[in-house]
Amino acid sequence: MATWQPSTDVDGLVRRAALLGQLREFFAQRQVVEVQTPVLAASTVTDPDVESIAVPGYGFLQTSPEYQMKRLLAAGAPSIYQLAPAFRHEEVGRLHNNEFTMLEWYRREFDHNQLMGEVAELVDAVLGPATYATVTYAELVGDLNRPRDELDLAFSVASDALNPGRFFIVDYPADQGALARLKPDDSAVAARFELVVDGVELANGYWELLDPHEHLQRFQQDLDVRKSRGLTPVEIDRAFITALESGLPTCAGVALGVDRLLMLAMGERNLDRVLTFRNF
Amino acid sequence: MLEGDPCTILENEFVKPGKGQAFNRVKFRNLKNGRVWERTFKSGESLEAADVMESDMEYLYSDGEFWHFMRTDGSFEQIAASQAAVADCIDWLKEQDVYVVTLWNDDPIAVAASNFVELEVTETDPGLKGDTANGGTKPATLATGATIKSVPLFINIGDILKVDTRTGEYVSRVKN
Repeated sequence: MATWQPSTDVDGLVRRAALLGQLREFFAQRQVVEVQTPVLAASTVTDPDVESIAVPGYGFLQTSPEYQMKRLLAAGAPSIYQLAPAFRHEEVGRLHNNEFTMLEWYRREFDHNQLMGEVAELVDAVLGPATYATVTYAELVGDLNRPRDELDLAFSVASDALNPGRFFIVDYPADQGALARLKPDDSAVAARFELVVDGVELANGYWELLDPHEHLQRFQQDLDVRKSRGLTPVEIDRAFITALESGLPTCAGVALGVDRLLMLAMGERNLDRVLTFRNF
Repeated sequence: MLEGDPCTILENEFVKPGKGQAFNRVKFRNLKNGRVWERTFKSGESLEAADVMESDMEYLYSDGEFWHFMRTDGSFEQIAASQAAVADCIDWLKEQDVYVVTLWNDDPIAVAASNFVELEVTETDPGLKGDTANGGTKPATLATGATIKSVPLFINIGDILKVDTRTGEYVSRVKN
């Protein structure tokens, strides 16, 4: 017998609607402009730890609106935000779903520290005020001279244990910077941060890398890793690179999982309780 | 198979940092000694499958130490299962009903009940019509000794109930 009933309940629907309204109000007060970019696009990310869902004949469901939002910034957009569906292949679990709602925003002229402050204001507005501890990646995982898969496992276990409380993880090793710039005073670490609330990874942000050549180098490294792991080859997003060449303004950006935020606001521990339907 | 012993997976949680590799945190129960513990595996890692056989068997009786079952294939062969093996379904064991017994080297290591069983009510308060002070439900004890937290008020001693063994919840009244 197929279940037709939603995974969440009526309270979950009402709470989600209220949260979306609250987020829009938060950004309206700060003159951050809401945008919409396509969910379906020709290109996707090269990140070897993120697998996109391909749509034959069209391209890929977007794993985040990052590149297209940065193209808007390169075209002169002011600070912008987006509430968008995002898709990841084979990510299903208590804290994962193939399709989820991402809140992503970019602040012109901000660095990662200023953006962390704003992330804390937003989380305080939704979950109530609390203090935020800062922990470095090295403090969290210990010995850094280990293979990447061991570091990832140590990171997962340690960030899970950041519970209860709110924690910013900072100073990621340069090779885990993703698209964050390296810190001007210490090129061994990237200006990247993550927010963990009660053991749940909630947001990931960067003081954005601007240099198109460094982007290309990092993407090429991703492609090499993808090849060595036998993953699906992907092509570098040329429109994004061209936008970077024309000039991305100084900015910091962050992506935050809206379903996880709602889950925390409702005191739940499983996304089942906040998603309307789990289709896969 | 883990460390030479057959295990059953109780929970399998997908764990993944946004920009890192995926893992599965798996909670096991050792089927020989009942010990429960956790291990983390990288995606794609594989384990040796335990060479187990599942057989339909009829439950006969318990002598207090062992629970005796008989094959339903006409051989009348009997086996004795330990308390650890029947732990998951001990509330649902009814004589002459058929259960799935997992055998490892001919040793019964797990016994599973069907998803739904039908059992007689041996104890419950008389339900008064129109009494909805408790949300219209009351507890009931079944012939196996299992207690169901909430059954409708119209259920009486001697009624046969259909119960979901996975949740331990009342499904329906079969007959009275």
